[in-house]
Amino acid sequence: MILTNVSNVPGKKIVEHFGIVQGSTVRAKHIGRDFMAGLKNLVGGELKGYTELLQDSREEAMNRMSEQARQMGANAVVNIRFATSSVAQGAAELFVYGTAVQVE
Amino acid sequence: MEVILQNFDLVIFLFLLCLGYVAGSIAEKRHYKSILQREDELLKLPVVTAEARFSDGRVQKAELVTGSAVISIDYFKRLLAILRNIFGGRVGAYETLVDRARREAILRMKQAARDQGAGMIVNMRLETAAIGNNANGKRQIASVEAIAYGTAIVFNPK
Repeated sequence: MILTNVSNVPGKKIVEHFGIVQGSTVRAKHIGRDFMAGLKNLVGGELKGYTELLQDSREEAMNRMSEQARQMGANAVVNIRFATSSVAQGAAELFVYGTAVQVE
Repeated sequence: MEVILQNFDLVIFLFLLCLGYVAGSIAEKRHYKSILQREDELLKLPVVTAEARFSDGRVQKAELVTGSAVISIDYFKRLLAILRNIFGGRVGAYETLVDRARREAILRMKQAARDQGAGMIVNMRLETAAIGNNANGKRQIASVEAIAYGTAIVFNPK
């Protein structure tokens, strides 16, 4: 599966469009991580637990999107965009969408 | 001794303030140093926000690369920001915070692109996430979560 966030796949030609595919996820870390983040908040700096959380949820969302594209018979997703929202505290809500296409 | 015990809240508050100030400024300085150093290293890898077109046969591979970072503010700076809220104006404490988070995210994205042997990143976008936020938009943990993403282009060897 080729993923790009430009409107085409550079170096390849798009032969068919399948329409929008999307993937989303809401993930949270366990409470210990939240507690540690609260403590780390006193001294500032990177919250590694939350960075990991963000990475995990991004991968999960992208996997879901790729899976959906694969079901449609596409072999690439172009014009990918990320969006975020807040549903609950301490949870990462990520939404990724793009256009499933067939490239030669 | 009795005075200290009577004002225990205040003592804790002052302790946290000092801790936040000292640890926070050390962490920030160190972070900026590492950011500048890595930015120098990755200077050769251009990142553009435009959608570039390439002539046929030049591109070997195109792939999405991402980078993210969650950076939080320290106790002292948070107090400064609250004070600043009263008078208005530039909130310098938060400016460096978002600057650090975004630059760190971009650096991680560039690192991921370089690991794949990319020569360029096109159509870079920045997105801010909200982990420390709850549904009411109230900040429990003062932090900035940045995601940088773009398409890494691996060129054909000439």
